[in-house]
Amino acid sequence: MTDSKTAAIPAPAPASDRQPLLKVTGLTKHFPITKGLLRRQAGAVRAVDGLDFEVRAGETLGVVGESGCGKSTMGRLVTRLDEPTGGKIEFEGHDITHLGVSAMRPLRRDIQMIFQDPYSSLNPRHTVGTIVGAPFRLQKVATEGGVKKAVQELLELCGLSPEHYNRYPHEFSGGQRQRIGIARALALKPKMIVADEPVSALDVSIQAQVVNLLDDLQNELGLTYLIIAHDLSVVRHVSDRVAVMYLGKIVEIADRDSLYGSPMHPYTNALMSAVPTPDPRRKERRERILLTGDVPSPLNPPSGCRFRTRCWKAQDVCATQEPPLVAARPGHQVACHFPENDGDQAVGMRKPGIHAQRGADHR
Amino acid sequence: MSKTLNNTKPSAFLSVRDLRVHFPTEDGLVKSVDGLTFDLEKGKTLGIVGESGSGKSVTSLSIMGLHRTGTKRGAPRITGEVWLDGEELVAADPERVRKLRGQKMAMIFQDPLTAMHPYYTVGAQIIEGYRAHHPGASKKQARTRAIEMLDRVGIPQPDKRVDAYPHEFSGGMRQRAMIAMALVNDPSLLIADEPTTALDVTVQAQILDLIRDLQKEFGSAVIIITHDLGVVAELADDILVMYGGKSVERGPAASLFEAPEHPYTWGLLGSMPRLDRELQDRLIPVKGTPPSLINVPSGCAFHPRCPYAELTGGRSTSEVPVLAEAAPRHLAACHLPIAERHRIFAEEIAPRL
Repeated sequence: MTDSKTAAIPAPAPASDRQPLLKVTGLTKHFPITKGLLRRQAGAVRAVDGLDFEVRAGETLGVVGESGCGKSTMGRLVTRLDEPTGGKIEFEGHDITHLGVSAMRPLRRDIQMIFQDPYSSLNPRHTVGTIVGAPFRLQKVATEGGVKKAVQELLELCGLSPEHYNRYPHEFSGGQRQRIGIARALALKPKMIVADEPVSALDVSIQAQVVNLLDDLQNELGLTYLIIAHDLSVVRHVSDRVAVMYLGKIVEIADRDSLYGSPMHPYTNALMSAVPTPDPRRKERRERILLTGDVPSPLNPPSGCRFRTRCWKAQDVCATQEPPLVAARPGHQVACHFPENDGDQAVGMRKPGIHAQRGADHR
Repeated sequence: MSKTLNNTKPSAFLSVRDLRVHFPTEDGLVKSVDGLTFDLEKGKTLGIVGESGSGKSVTSLSIMGLHRTGTKRGAPRITGEVWLDGEELVAADPERVRKLRGQKMAMIFQDPLTAMHPYYTVGAQIIEGYRAHHPGASKKQARTRAIEMLDRVGIPQPDKRVDAYPHEFSGGMRQRAMIAMALVNDPSLLIADEPTTALDVTVQAQILDLIRDLQKEFGSAVIIITHDLGVVAELADDILVMYGGKSVERGPAASLFEAPEHPYTWGLLGSMPRLDRELQDRLIPVKGTPPSLINVPSGCAFHPRCPYAELTGGRSTSEVPVLAEAAPRHLAACHLPIAERHRIFAEEIAPRL
């Protein structure tokens, strides 16, 4: 189970308030594609290709992007469910990039995960008590008054009734199941929770209940969230900072208000303009940026800027040079040669007509 | 309200009257659709909104006549009338409905990967639909038609892609191919059941634009079924809100979004975060969970979740509310007096939306 790489458990770093809880540098994950009898590598799906970001204690970082952009892989790497190909993951100053299973185990208490599908993430043969109590048993945590009492407290915390202890998952609705998943994640009082599409499988009215629950728990327990979602409006609601991913890279990362108020990357702009607004009067007024085509294959991503094949601002430089993720404004990093909503950029660069309604549209 | 059906031809292009679809199951009778009435004209779009289990998909499938065959426990009981262009469909001969299906009425399904046959090429599946309704057409003509349709829905290199298999298409392209398949016989009624739920926002915007353009071009009537209020706001002229197998509110899109009448619609609007509004501290969810369709709550099905149920003096638990006009062309099924409803909306709901 253990491997030699993990012989040295890193020494604890000095606790400091200003240190980020999670720090990721140059994180990559390539899934090899093998060919032929000898299984030689024919290529690699570059699912995550060089991510740099930090999550500070107590904040919520939202990650958005289309399907296939690598956001779920990123979540699995951060929780170390997958082995990274390269880069570095630091949690509370410890390098956890290549820790083995047993070296990772104590840290599992601190990083927990909430999964997307509340139907497949709960074992149908186990009672709620067994499911939510499993973390205590696995980590051999002694609880005051026994596991049952601890589980019942957790259920209550998550808006379920303590009498649900002996029931099976099939007796619950989707929203209740998601609450069970959240209770399980909270069992060991983690420091950070990675939530992969926590509400996308739920109905609208239930979605709001779960979003509010996550909010309350953060206030009560001082949790740090990394929330992965494709719904831009949900992410805006829950996050303090937001990262936008495209083809395995972060193209923009900024404070929520800065990102939604004046998005700088063309892709972020396109994503936001594509979100349908529940306001029939608006549909005539607004002009949408329609991206053509689909996301290119991560097997063979475009050279230079990965978004250039769908970008209306792309120029020659975009094909040859990859734009670095740099701070364009305080607290607002963007990877683009020609960012929008940037004071220095000439207005003439913009394609006429597309941006007419921009300011009014994305308040 | 119960037996006012008299088999008169309605003037509307599609008219559904008091449609009821009940499924007998081991646990009891599931009343998926229970007394649904609406009209739809050609060239117009009706949006049906509701949570999962509110009966919206069952409605569309029964209009298409796809709920006829029974399970071992017996066939679903369908009553009421569905009039399509002056022809009644519920009591009609299955063979006749089969002729109309795919020709006069067509459907776009939610998940294009399961709705398409993985073993046949996309072209072959479109050709099959065309030749079934055009027995005189040669294979070559049908193929030309298939390529033309693929081109029309914006698939690049349609003459090559016609021979590709569904798995070779991306999600958005597959949904485009599904639309091509549905439109190959120029149907005058198109039902789209959650057409964009499985797609990313950028692709969703493309598909919604495509449906809108095609409707303008062909002038067909469109029913769009979705749980996303944003999607219906983009497309629909009229909106019908379903809850527990019944329609609780129906009206023109603009008035429904600006002055919604039913507390459930308020709840739906309040529980979704919106990009076009100021950020709120908290969302206002609808408490509780959607009802079971076997054991629908007495009276108004929404009363256990309704924050205003007490204001009706007990009627909400004993009496089923009927759809009544609250504003011009805008109907709602709620026991609250109209003036009271408008006051609550203006004072308590509107400022929070």
